[in-house]
Amino acid sequence: MYPAPFDYVRATSLDDALRLLDESSDAKLIAGGHSLLPMMKLRLAQPAKLIDIGQLPLRGVAFTGDAVRIGALTTHAELASSRELLQHCPLVAEAASVIGDPQVRNRGTLGGNIAHADPGSDLPAALVALGATIRLRARKGERTVAAKDFFVDLLTTDLQPGEVITAVDVPKAAAGTGSAYLKFEHPASGYAVVGAAAWVRVSGGKCAAAGLAFNGVTATPLVSEAALAQIIGSDLSDATLAEAAAKIEAVDPLGDVYASGDYRVHLARVYAQRAVAKARERAVE
Amino acid sequence: MKHKIELEVNGQKVEREVEPRLLLVHFLREDLGLTGTNVGCETSICGACTVLIDGKAVKSCSQLALQADGTKVTTIEGLAQGSQLHPIQEAFWEKHGLQCGYCTPGMILSAAYLLSHSPRPSKDEIRHALKGNLCRCTGYHNIVEAIEHASHKMSSATS
Amino acid sequence: MAKVLGTSIKRREDPALVTGRGKYTDDIKLERMAHAAIVRSPYAHAKIRGIDTTAALAAPGVLAAYTAADVAKAGLPGMIPVGWLLPDLKTPAHPMLAIDTVRHVGDAVAVVVAENRYLARDAADLVAVDYDPLGAAVDPKGATAAGAPQVHPEAPGNIAFDWELGDRAKTDAAFAKPAHHVVVDLRNNRLIPHAIEPRSALASFDSSKGELTLTLTTQNPHVHRLLMCLASIGLPETKVRVIAPEVGGGFGSKIHHYADEAITSFCSMQLDRPVKWTATRTETNATDAHGRDHVSKAELALDAAGRILGLRVHTYANLGAYLSTFGPSVPTYLYGTLLSGQYAIPAIHCQVLGVFTHTTPVDAVRGAGRPEATYVVERLLHLAADQLGIDQAELRRRNFIPPDAFPFQTEVALQYDSGNYEPALDRALEMVGYQALRADQAKRRSSGGKQIGLGLSSYIEACGLAPSKVVGSLGAQAGLWESADVRVQPTGGVTVYTGSSPHGQGHETTFSQIVADKLGVPMDQVQIIHGDTGQVQFGMGTYGSRSAAVGGSAIARSADKIIEKGKRIAAHLLEAAAEDIELADGKFSVKGSPDKGVGWGDVALQAYLAHNFPEDLEPGLQAVTFYDPANFTYPFGTHIAVVEIDPEIGQVKLLRYVAVDDVGNVINPMIVDGQIHGGLAQGIGQALWENAVYDETGQLVTASLMDYALPRAHNLVAFELDRTVTPCPHNPLGVKGVGEAGAIASPVAVVNAVMDALSPWGIRHVDMPLSAEKVWRAIREAEAKRAAA
Repeated sequence: MYPAPFDYVRATSLDDALRLLDESSDAKLIAGGHSLLPMMKLRLAQPAKLIDIGQLPLRGVAFTGDAVRIGALTTHAELASSRELLQHCPLVAEAASVIGDPQVRNRGTLGGNIAHADPGSDLPAALVALGATIRLRARKGERTVAAKDFFVDLLTTDLQPGEVITAVDVPKAAAGTGSAYLKFEHPASGYAVVGAAAWVRVSGGKCAAAGLAFNGVTATPLVSEAALAQIIGSDLSDATLAEAAAKIEAVDPLGDVYASGDYRVHLARVYAQRAVAKARERAVE
Repeated sequence: MKHKIELEVNGQKVEREVEPRLLLVHFLREDLGLTGTNVGCETSICGACTVLIDGKAVKSCSQLALQADGTKVTTIEGLAQGSQLHPIQEAFWEKHGLQCGYCTPGMILSAAYLLSHSPRPSKDEIRHALKGNLCRCTGYHNIVEAIEHASHKMSSATS
Repeated sequence: MAKVLGTSIKRREDPALVTGRGKYTDDIKLERMAHAAIVRSPYAHAKIRGIDTTAALAAPGVLAAYTAADVAKAGLPGMIPVGWLLPDLKTPAHPMLAIDTVRHVGDAVAVVVAENRYLARDAADLVAVDYDPLGAAVDPKGATAAGAPQVHPEAPGNIAFDWELGDRAKTDAAFAKPAHHVVVDLRNNRLIPHAIEPRSALASFDSSKGELTLTLTTQNPHVHRLLMCLASIGLPETKVRVIAPEVGGGFGSKIHHYADEAITSFCSMQLDRPVKWTATRTETNATDAHGRDHVSKAELALDAAGRILGLRVHTYANLGAYLSTFGPSVPTYLYGTLLSGQYAIPAIHCQVLGVFTHTTPVDAVRGAGRPEATYVVERLLHLAADQLGIDQAELRRRNFIPPDAFPFQTEVALQYDSGNYEPALDRALEMVGYQALRADQAKRRSSGGKQIGLGLSSYIEACGLAPSKVVGSLGAQAGLWESADVRVQPTGGVTVYTGSSPHGQGHETTFSQIVADKLGVPMDQVQIIHGDTGQVQFGMGTYGSRSAAVGGSAIARSADKIIEKGKRIAAHLLEAAAEDIELADGKFSVKGSPDKGVGWGDVALQAYLAHNFPEDLEPGLQAVTFYDPANFTYPFGTHIAVVEIDPEIGQVKLLRYVAVDDVGNVINPMIVDGQIHGGLAQGIGQALWENAVYDETGQLVTASLMDYALPRAHNLVAFELDRTVTPCPHNPLGVKGVGEAGAIASPVAVVNAVMDALSPWGIRHVDMPLSAEKVWRAIREAEAKRAAA
């Protein structure tokens, strides 16, 4: 309940944050604090210094050509209610709308969420399914990483020392696209036991393109290329979806006292069908 | 090293020096003596510590006092106008929306936040809006009734 | 005057609570107050080789660090006692700070006191304890196996007691050749009570007087004082005052005497300054007494017509690492005695092995023993109806104790004083729309997809704890009466000092209603004082659904005595005979001549002036009652849960919940409904989500609210309630108690509903909590079996 002592400094600009991060050893960034502080209260994390980036202007949703750029400090509540996202990337808004609870959504941020990389979190699979790009800044410059490469392992990302997540670019949904995020919620933590993020683009009654990824099943968002291959180009009939879902496999699925790995894989298969079916219903050609 | 913060709590300007690790809930309870904000867990689940920051419900156990610098904080003590209870407080009383009262301040503030952006929520919406607040006494039945009752009172008062 | 009894009067407690002004223990600050942090064992079982507090003592702001050696040096008894004994019960010592062995994760090892809670926690981390970890016994049945790690040398095989109730030979005979024999293995899952307010203690010792004031999260301050003084801190009761301020829920967990308040008191006595300790949620989960945790084999014998011939149950009850305050009573007298349910069962036998394990002590949690009994009885009834092909309601009806059979002597010691079971069943069936739901169910069964199930629970409980002589004969080390000191002030207001100390039940409102009804004074002139050993002479507290039935009855009795004395004063003033005086509408008047009267206030004033007073009467207007109930009370009812199952993933959704309860007369319907609601949520929680899980090394896997699921608003439904009223025949209010009914009836209603939904697969039983995965696995296994056949 009581974090161990640490130093605190508030970054006045992104450059300031990057400098502070570079100059400090054992420092952590804090924005909303909803991933970090609970760990610190249990003393599972004891950073020597916190660099508060909560006030930096890395917030909001903007258009950049074919993509929507979401500032890393945008809160989950803002993602869930963003008119731009609801129109152009509804999958992100839908996933954000079921994170935690209203209080958590008011404080938790996109950047903090993906930096923490909890496998039961709701955003990662949505970003992977959508082919989002994570924008990272360090003093030496900027780089981008595809969402599917960003999540490296359990609670581990490609974020390098000295780097800050500044934004996430998500491709705009093309005409004829429908999406759905379906979550089987852990009754205690509210995290996803399994969260299925799906989108399909329908053209001439066929699936022209699709994305599908799962939270909660494996250490990083699970993608089944075999299932996707079955879905893309198909008529998206229930029978096809069932065949596609049967192809979903997971190496080293997560398991805990509430839900075993086997069960999570089974849930992923069921939720794959349900989420894609729902996305299909939502797609307007 | 202590840092200075300036914020508004229940309409009053507050200036204090705080240690970085001091949680907002302890700042409110220990430094300001506002003990209506309670602590029920340490994993950001129970919501007993819910307060409004700039009008939004947040869990004050999951943020540093320093992070509240420059904000406006409303705690349960700041909701009533003198001896006139806020309609949500009144509704909790009328509908027996509380028993031991420990989760109640957080419940009421979550309700206040809900009604601030959704003035006439359905019962189902109310139940989902309480996802971040645990009550062990009431089975939530009368809390939902109370919030619905408050929403009727508040929207008829403004219309 | 408007009727006050039986009316939903808004609670007088609430204005403070809805404005954040209610003061709970942790809200209270005293001058020079220091904070304690308790160092706890991270191991389920280990020898302590040594404890080094040097680094902790050197840490900033640290005032002291103590271990068991310091307790011994100070000459304190230093023990945590047990308050209920059974024949041949093993009672190994429970030191307030572990002496050389730790026996569960969370066992207290040392304590650090510092200037604030952050510094105390920092320093606690610096206490170096050298442990030699040992193997752990965790499961109650497994712990009795040969070679299992031993918790206490005094209890070989980890058996604390081997207890029986009922007639074994007669029961075995009933099972010799029954037409139908139903058998089921049941696990009643372990619960963590989770009052939202964590336990807290604020001890303030004043060496100049040798007095200790302990503000504590307690359901029974006098019992806490008694146990602390007897066994822990060695001060006389006259030097200790225990205060329960606002208490944020208890559900049993704040009945028991824990090491923590003794340790905090010890710190204050050593330092001669106030010391506060407040548990974190992680601490409460590891140390609040847990509930349930039974492993049972239950059997029912029936004749060809579906009449019950006998019931037999064998239970392993997990007691945890130490005997908690009332730990031994819960799986015995609060469990075995309820195994007749609402039914006329001619032969019952129950054997319970109480087992020590390297887990948190187990004690009363809302319902305490009675939910476990109801689970056994109503699971058996459900299975029997299925097995015999008789409708669930019909089988129950066939076996109910008929209304003309009361008082009814069961085969398991209790004598039910009253009951009328069919009307509650009928009403519940009507409310739920039983026939229509059965038709819907049949339709869904033929069409596939999501299935619905209906679960009945016709429960009984024994509450209103309890007749002292009876519980004394069963091993209680306390009487279970309740006290009420009613004092009429000279201006006519009434102050009640009750031993029934609430933690959310609304005693101040309910008790005021009793007084206002009896004496005819306005409710706002009735003051209720509770929760303070310095003000209330003695009391037994709030648990076992006893406050209205026992505490309320004590108040009613005292009010009667006040009226009697008031009549004598009035008779003197009116120059009439006391027998001819009656009290009505706030006035004492001569029967038959209502004009000839004297007001309540005049009588009250005269009682203190005593200027014009009967010769043989002492001044003052006060009455004290120690009310000892003649029997337990026996609330009952029928609950029906309706659930929907998604067979593809096993997920259970609660659709509806109907509860018809008979709690006797009702003082405040709003409060009574609220009690039912809360109990239902906890029972439904047990059935569907709640589960304390230890791994094989004795680590509590569900140690936080991230893993232990409490019911939330969006997982529950609006409850549909109604009542029948069969007043308790032996207490002055005719009330029976309501705090536990919901938690007793509901787990099995939900489980029966899920099993009903699963019956097309031939699934008979799945243990609680009914997680989606468990249900899915049961379905999958059933389908595999069917495919193989």
